Amino acid sequence: MIGSRPQFSFSRSEMTLKEKLWHVSWSFVLLVTLVCSIGFLTLYSAANGNIDPWASRQMMRFLVGMAVMLAVAMVDVRAWMRWSYTLYVVALVLLMAVEIRGSVGMGAQRWIDLGFIQLQPSEIMKITLVLALARYFHGASYQDVGRPLFLVPPLIMVLAPVGFVLKQPDLGTAMMLTLASGAMFFLAGVRLWKFAVIIGAGGAAVPVAWQFMREYQRQRIITFLNPENDPLGAGYHILQSKIALGSGGLFGKGFMLGTQSHLNFLPEKQTDFIFTMLAEEWGMVGGVVLVGLYTLILVYGYAMSLRSRSQFGRLAGLGLTTTFFLYVFINTAMVMGLVPVVGVPLPLISYGGTAMLTLLFGFGLIMSIYIHRDVHIGRRGATDEV
Amino acid sequence: MNRDNDRGKIIGRRAALLGGGKLMLLSALVGRMYYLQVLEADKYAVLADENRINLRLLPPPRGRILDRNGVPMAVNQQNYRVLVVSEQTEDLDDTLDALSNIIPINDHDRARIVREAKRHRSYVPVTVRENLSWEDVARIEINTPDLPGVMIDVGQSRNYPLEGLGAHLLGYVSAVSEADLQNSSDPLLELPGFRIGKAGIERVYDLALRGKGGTSQVEVNAVGRTIRELKRDEGEPGLDLALTIDLELQQFAAQRLGSESAAAVVIDIHTGDVLVMASTPSFDPNAFNRGLSSDEWKDLITNPRSPLTNKAIAGQYPPGSTFKLMTAMAALESGAITPDQRVFCPGQMNLGNITLHCWKKGGHGSVDLVSGIQHSCDVYFYEIARRAGWERIAEMARRFGLGTSLDLDLPGERAGIIPDKAWKRATLGQPWYPGETPINAIGQGYVLATPLQLAVMAARLANGGYAVTPHMARDRIEGIHAVSRLSPDWPEIGVSSHNLMQVRRGMYEVCNEPGGTAYSARIKDEAMAMSGKTGSSQVKHITARERDAGLKKQEELPWKDRDHALFVCYAPESEPRYACCVVVEHGAHGGSAAAPVARDILIEVQKRYLQHTASTPAGQPENGSSPVPARANFELHGHDHGDHDHGDHDHGDHG
Repeated sequence: MIGSRPQFSFSRSEMTLKEKLWHVSWSFVLLVTLVCSIGFLTLYSAANGNIDPWASRQMMRFLVGMAVMLAVAMVDVRAWMRWSYTLYVVALVLLMAVEIRGSVGMGAQRWIDLGFIQLQPSEIMKITLVLALARYFHGASYQDVGRPLFLVPPLIMVLAPVGFVLKQPDLGTAMMLTLASGAMFFLAGVRLWKFAVIIGAGGAAVPVAWQFMREYQRQRIITFLNPENDPLGAGYHILQSKIALGSGGLFGKGFMLGTQSHLNFLPEKQTDFIFTMLAEEWGMVGGVVLVGLYTLILVYGYAMSLRSRSQFGRLAGLGLTTTFFLYVFINTAMVMGLVPVVGVPLPLISYGGTAMLTLLFGFGLIMSIYIHRDVHIGRRGATDEV
Repeated sequence: MNRDNDRGKIIGRRAALLGGGKLMLLSALVGRMYYLQVLEADKYAVLADENRINLRLLPPPRGRILDRNGVPMAVNQQNYRVLVVSEQTEDLDDTLDALSNIIPINDHDRARIVREAKRHRSYVPVTVRENLSWEDVARIEINTPDLPGVMIDVGQSRNYPLEGLGAHLLGYVSAVSEADLQNSSDPLLELPGFRIGKAGIERVYDLALRGKGGTSQVEVNAVGRTIRELKRDEGEPGLDLALTIDLELQQFAAQRLGSESAAAVVIDIHTGDVLVMASTPSFDPNAFNRGLSSDEWKDLITNPRSPLTNKAIAGQYPPGSTFKLMTAMAALESGAITPDQRVFCPGQMNLGNITLHCWKKGGHGSVDLVSGIQHSCDVYFYEIARRAGWERIAEMARRFGLGTSLDLDLPGERAGIIPDKAWKRATLGQPWYPGETPINAIGQGYVLATPLQLAVMAARLANGGYAVTPHMARDRIEGIHAVSRLSPDWPEIGVSSHNLMQVRRGMYEVCNEPGGTAYSARIKDEAMAMSGKTGSSQVKHITARERDAGLKKQEELPWKDRDHALFVCYAPESEPRYACCVVVEHGAHGGSAAAPVARDILIEVQKRYLQHTASTPAGQPENGSSPVPARANFELHGHDHGDHDHGDHDHGDHG
């Protein structure tokens, strides 16, 4: 009965590629394409009506990303579960590598140049940490999760990359890793009072953390609390972003007519502040439509994840959806002056290859979870037998 | 399976909670958008406009300064500058090194360039050097491939094409000082490199010459780089300002004065136009623009002939015998004398315990008003001054424009001094001694006047007693516009024309009767004939011992101990139009050093402006058409026919 090869009592591992393609949620793919297309238009406008240099390259990345997404979706969810620890360790090693190389004298360089793409280990970590945590909690019973000692390994799994990312220093990614992990702990059934303790301890740790922060990070927080304090210095980004947004009004200034962004008052209009440009040109209506589309993606993510019969699938799917949500929320709240300016791009729209690839990879995983929703995975993991 | 169901329930419930939280946060984003884009939209729309629209000032071209006939005296010249844009250089220091091989850049300039480059944004050009010669421009242009970020620019700079001529009048322009900024709200002053008038006409009429700055509304991006122009208001160019100066006459006068330390003024006795105001030696105002070497500067300020001073208005001289005209007017007006009353001149006069000398040893004998003026007899004026009293003389002198500023539209005008009891008590703390009256009455002692004041005095004598005042600008300047002057309506100074005529008769004989102190300098053409009064004012006090030892001739004295030579006059006698004053510092004798210059200038003025000169043949009988009323004893006064170019250099010495 116990063999060297995993066996499943109810298995759809024998699904053909054709069957899998049949199960792909093409409406979801369409939705993602629609949001990315809004991104292309906005990048076209950001370049003053030129397809170069941003929109064209973003489209290429989108096509590559789409291919990656579908390929990932075709891979059996059990394979992803089996590889999740390995992928996590690889990402952690890469993270350490950039940290070591960075300290050797490359400054705050956060990527590894592979020639065709700049690999950001912190981006990879956003996915692999979710997968690793999902795998860890997959076999855990409600009682297991209740034991504090059981929570020590996943906490270490979270804190190790967060520590490296903070050291880079990349406040945005650290925030996303922490919050996404927190959501997964929550979903896995960690008792609520433990969150209260953690949040309380975190609050008490703020003064300590303040001591360890770099000057520019402190400045950003101070500026966030009072941006008008220094309108030409540190508060410049937030103030200009608010001016651009506010002057857009309800219906916006029109496509390619956003004065603040086109006159370069708006910093980083093609990357982190692209939402501002979009809302300046399309007004509140455009902004709400985009947020609506994002919400729809979230709903899809929830629906697809919760359809999975495996705890791994549900946890991983919801974790990835939460990561996506964090991208959306942190970026938009940042440009509206609700949270400090941290380097988080607007998902699917901001110019940049790594984030696009990470997101589409994540969507591919969600789709894989959905396609293989009825695959049963034993309590002890992929090698288990029921 | 049971456990799985448990977990399924938990994750379902918690996913719903989490999802609900996310939706709430996303709603908060929508609420924030509503707040920013609807509620606060107007505020941000205004901020956005302010952000992108930048008001730029356009400096207006500075108005030119012209002479009365439109000949330019101050113009704007193209100024070739070499600039460096630090963002276009690979390394600012390297570029400056390369550039300094072509044109010299001293350490001081270099420090300034680096400082300015750091202060401004990197695309703002910084001036390396101005006023480049054509050769420098060409050398830099040829080497541009090796000079990244270096460019040549053409700006406007002030140029005075006449160099020394009129330098004292025009003044100069210079950079705006902190004090200027505080006293003015004109935003033009804040433009980098803007120049304003700092002296002379450039200063007095600076606002009119400056014009009104235009504005250009430009759309700029966040770093201040101009994207496009939205609106443009050209402003108003500076006014082309015409002076009353006649450049050719000015040039003639300056040449005639030559290397002397001297001043000449010609004014129109009816309008107050200043046709000539020359002060020698002069300086080249362009040198200030170029930048003066310390040697050149030292030369300018240590030169005993003070080239930087406009002697015509800032030089205060004892008027010497020219002041006797005032003494005569005061004595006549007060009734202290009549023109015919005679005074005997034995060569000296005793007043209490002081002896006052006449310039002529042995004296003039019996002298009346006209011959007193003609021969400049000191004793005659001592006596009539004693009779009239100093207060009357001082009051008369003030009526003729002495002792007070004439409100000329040129800075640096001095008021001169007409002393009185109050003045002496205030400045010296002493009472007025009776012995001081005769000395001051012949223009020595405390009396001081500027050449311009003396010209005005002559003008008021010649125009029948009207209080003409001089001006430099041809038109009245209101704000930044020129308005033609109304025909002048000068107040009368309140002297009888009969008395004026008597004094003018004396002035006529000074020049036109043999024995007059300026007879040798007369204008022989009767139609242009001038009348005047010589003066030689003593610079160095003569002691009794020197007098006993025998006076040296003026020419034997060192230059700076010689007397000042003065001459005031007007012409033509028939219908006076122009008054002139010439002062030659240490020129020794008014009749020989100053009068011939004044004569030549007045001939030139009349040639240019009075047409009838051509029709009047020269050499007409002298008394033929003399407008001066003939006196009963006109012919009876035979004075010695020698040319008395001597002034009056040995008046009273005290004890």
